[in-house]
Formats: sequence, C-alpha cells, structure tokens
Amino acid sequence: MSRTTLFDKVWSDHVVVTETDSTPAILYIDLHIIHEVTTPQAFTVLREQGLPVRRPDLTLPTMDHSTPTTPVFSFKDLAVVGESAANQIRQMEINCKEFGLDLIGFGNEQRGIVHVIGPELGATQPGKTIVCGDSHSSTHGAFGALAFGIGTTEVGHVLATQCLLQRKPKTLAVSVDGILPTGVSAKDLILAVIGQIGVNGGTGHVIEYRGDAINGLDMESRMTVCNMSIEAGARAGMIAPDDTTFEYLHDRPRSPKGADWETAVARWKTLRTDDGAHFDKSVALDTSVLQPMVTFGTNPGMVVGIGDPVPDGGGDPSFRKALHYMRIESGKPMTEYDVDVVFVGSCTNGRLSDIRETARILQGRKIADGVRMLVVPGSQQVKREAENEGLDQIILRAGAEWREAGCSMCIGMNGDTVPSGKLSVSTSNRNFEGRQGIGARTVLASPATAAASALRGRVTDPRTIS
Amino acid sequence: MSGITHIKSRTVVLPTKDIDTDQIIAARFLTTTSREGLGRNLFYDLRYNSDGSENDKFPLNTSSAKGCEILIAGNNFGCGSSREHAPWALLDFGFRAIISTEIADIFRNNALKNGLVPVVVDQDIHRWLIDNPGVEVEIDVKNATLALPDGTVTSFPIDAFAKYCLVEGIDQLGFLLQHHDEIANFEGSRTWKP
Repeated sequence: MSRTTLFDKVWSDHVVVTETDSTPAILYIDLHIIHEVTTPQAFTVLREQGLPVRRPDLTLPTMDHSTPTTPVFSFKDLAVVGESAANQIRQMEINCKEFGLDLIGFGNEQRGIVHVIGPELGATQPGKTIVCGDSHSSTHGAFGALAFGIGTTEVGHVLATQCLLQRKPKTLAVSVDGILPTGVSAKDLILAVIGQIGVNGGTGHVIEYRGDAINGLDMESRMTVCNMSIEAGARAGMIAPDDTTFEYLHDRPRSPKGADWETAVARWKTLRTDDGAHFDKSVALDTSVLQPMVTFGTNPGMVVGIGDPVPDGGGDPSFRKALHYMRIESGKPMTEYDVDVVFVGSCTNGRLSDIRETARILQGRKIADGVRMLVVPGSQQVKREAENEGLDQIILRAGAEWREAGCSMCIGMNGDTVPSGKLSVSTSNRNFEGRQGIGARTVLASPATAAASALRGRVTDPRTIS
Repeated sequence: MSGITHIKSRTVVLPTKDIDTDQIIAARFLTTTSREGLGRNLFYDLRYNSDGSENDKFPLNTSSAKGCEILIAGNNFGCGSSREHAPWALLDFGFRAIISTEIADIFRNNALKNGLVPVVVDQDIHRWLIDNPGVEVEIDVKNATLALPDGTVTSFPIDAFAKYCLVEGIDQLGFLLQHHDEIANFEGSRTWKP
C-alpha cells in the first residue's frame, strides 16, 4: 500500500467524484459553519432557485463578525453597530428560520466566534472536512480535520449540495522540533513560521505541522498555529490527532458518546502521515532561535523578534510603503514604540488559555495611563469560564475592558475600532492597512506580549515582567 | 452568467505587492446583504483622502484609468480573507481581469466564479506591464493567452474546468446539482457518519 499523508487520507475519504483533467473533484463537506457576513447573498441564490439546505444537521450557524461586544439585550441595542450591520444580523435570523437551521444567536450561551465554538461544542473532529465563509477556517485543522475558508458562491454550493468542486492541493510539511523556550508561545511560533516562508509561502498547499514542538502543544495552542496558516497563503493547516486531541474532545456536547466514542477514537488514531510519505515541499523551523515575535509592517510576514532591529527591506518599494504607513523605522527594535490600544481576543487568541495568560500578567497591576485595552472572549463559554476563575475581575481591576464574545477589533466592523494613526498591539491575525480601523497601525503579538505592552504603554517583551 | 471569450482593454497599474482583500474592500463595507454597488467602495482608503476628496495620486483616479477593464497588480494580489466582496467590488467598478505574477488561492477561486479573469504571467512580462501603464492588451480566455501591443503572445495557466465555465457561462452550482445521485450514494455508503 502506498504511503500517504494525513491530508491524503482525509481528502480521499471525502471524494464523491474523482477529479479528471477537465473537471475538479466533488468533495463532500462534513461540517459547514456559517455566519452573518458571508452568507446573505448565498441564501438569496437558494431562494431564487427554490433550493433547500441539503443538510441542516451538518450546518452550524452563529453570529460573530458584525455583532457588538457590548451587551445586547434586544434588537434596539444593535444601533451601536449601525443600521447596515443590524440589518445583516436580522437577515441572518430570517434566513436560518426560513431554511430550518438552528441558529446559535443572541442570548444563546453557546454563541461565539465560528472558529472558537466549533471545537468547543465538539462539532470539530478529526478526519472531518470543515468549511466556512471565513479564511481562518484553517483553525479546525488543529484536530486533524481538513478545514478551509470559502467564498460566498461556494457557501451556496455547500448549502445546496453539501459538496464543493475542488482541485487537490499540494502538501507542505512544516517541521518544528525541539522545545519552545520559556516565554515563547504558539503565536510567536506561527509568526516565526510566516516570517520564514512568507505570506505566499503556502499558496496552493495544505500545511501539516509536525515535530516535537507541535506535539507538545495543547489544543488551544495548536488552534492558534493552524489559524494563521492562511497568513502564509495556505488555505489549510493540519496537525495529526493524538491523545491531547481526544482528551479535549471527550464529553463535548457534540462529540460521539458511549460506544460511538470508542469507535471514533479508533478511527481517528489512523489519521497520521505514514513514515516516508511524500510531501510536495518541506521546511523546518529551529525552535532554539525563537523569541516573542512582533510584526512591524502591514502583513503578518513582516515580523521580527521583539529584541531585534526592524530590517531595512533592501529598497523594496512595497516594504518602504508599509513602514511609512506604520511610522516605523528600520534599525530600531519595536520596543521603542509607544502603544495606544491593546486588543486581546479573536479566533487566533480569544480562548480561555489566552485570557488566563493575559490575567497572569495583569494580576495586581494597572495598565499604563492613556492606553485603552480590550479583552474580548472568543465565545460566551470562554466568558463564563473566565468569570468563574475570577479573571474578569483581574482584567477590570487592571483598568482594561471585559466584553461580550465576538470578532471585535480583529475586523473593525462591529463598533470596535482603533482610531486613525493609533498604534495597536493586537493578538489577532492581520496587520493589514486599515484592518482594525481607518489608518490603524497594528502590531501582531501573543497575549503575553499584548498584556505586557499594556502595562508599560510601550511594546514590551513579556519576559521582562516578573 | 454570460460567457467570456475576449477582453481587450487598456491597463491600469497598482504595483504594490501583497494587496490584501482588506485594501480591496474594507470590512466596514461588508455589512451589506447584496452583491451590488460595491464598486464605489473599492480601494476606498487608497482612493479617497481622509476629508473625502479623491486622492489624485492613486492610479485608479487618473483620467487615463477611466474605462480600463484590466488591472495589473503586484505579486500575491488578493491575499487575506475569503470575502467574495473583493471580486464583486472589482467587477462592479468595471474590471474584468487581473494580471499579476501570483494571485492568492481563495481570491482566485472567488474571481473565477464571478467572471473576473485571473491571469498569472512571468516576471519579465509583469515588469514590462508595470513599467508601461495604459497600454492596450488582449486576453483570449478560450486559448488562455495574453497579447501585448508588440505582438508578443504569452499563454497563462488556467484550470480547464474554470475556463470552460467562463467561456460557456456555466453555473457551477447547476453542475453540482446534476450530481445529486452520486452525492446521495456517497452519503448512504459511508462507513461513518459526520
């Protein structure tokens, strides 16, 4: 039998019709997560063609992108996000009702960011194909699922047929061996990977993250790593499931139960890359050189170790343009820049371990005068769990804001934005021009670096906070 | 969707690398529930100054850019989010093709499904197109070629099925729906159920 990769195994298990030179494969989708921003036009197509949603049971709808993170008690309160966003949220409710979908909407204690609640509910499982109209769908690959973002036309395809037309992508092995140095998190690791291979280094490929350093990560850290695969241009990132995965999934609301659990785990254990299987491309990252990483430019590949000087870009005009926008100089480390806003949250770093790490650094301290800090849980469940541990009180006492679940300042389309010209240290995934608000200058970092920077009012190495 | 066989137009050039979908259409314009009218917000923060006036220096605002249907862009165009609003906005503005040395995966897929033709060329041709904005070029979709004003004709890669759908104006949803029986058989014969 030929030796195959984890990706090959999941792919071939979902091929309905094999690809040929003239037609792509028809690939079956096991879980379709939908949200209010990238679905309305897809429902319009279904309505126009008189088509039902083929598998409401495999469709998981929630609201996260344009929803406010201030408490909302009724639709009147939606005024905070503006009429257009409020209308979009109302339309999502109408669409779900009309097509028979169980919406995890306002007031539902399971609501949260699409890529936080899938795993939390146990709907995300090894070996599944998972899609969502959101490029950070790669997050679910942390469980050994094949998960990728799709556009709205494809959302319509999955709603109507539970299938997608896909060409088989290539494979890229990213090996990370060794031990992560103290004070270095999964966020720093993935930023270093993107810095090494570039924002287009993974284009056309599915990444498999491998090696001791990856196997040693907990599930929330693995999700942070896979989440940012798209920032290297790869549509999907995967990690082979293991006991850490199974332990996380055990007893989740939508995980298999009883005898089904045993059967599922036995199947999941086969989802591994065979020794000697072929990858189209391979890269390795040396963990010993890792340190807390921060971005200095306008894409996630423009990243530097926190103590290192910002590079000069060798005269590349796009590089110069990015530094001009960021008001950052070559040759100086990022720790010389003052901070106006700090954001902890998003599908990259809005989980309980991220909130715990933030609280650990803020504990008994105050954030610097003039800094606005938002801590936004990735789901209502993360919010409850953090509050049960008293983390909200630590955060509030430090002078930061503790808000309702949602995408918040990661995407700046829900009322939470960074003012023009202000520098934001953010645990989110994109430092694109204007991503967090018009003229916002975003520095991507880990929760620890973000919290440390809030305390000092300057980009700060978290290892310097005792 | 009607079929697309030829696009002949002058070009407008945005030489910056890694133009992401947030720059193409900012998230604050994604609260719409329609595909229409996004062109006015295309590249909004680059096209307009903070006081709302037009940025004269931005290539799309120059008089020679009027009516151009082909955008020449820096490497890795369309990276970032999966928002299909990006090709919708480009099409609504009047573009029908994008030429670059690399076009990001999700953007390329979304573009093809909406009749916006992604054309990837080599560094030399790209460099020449960047250095010569406003020239008239012709894209032959059926033969997957790009013709330059000096008569040079170069081929570009395009998936056979995507090309067929573009040229014939085929709706891919219709194609998928025709496979109803295979999909039902697959669902019925799986050894495990999601």
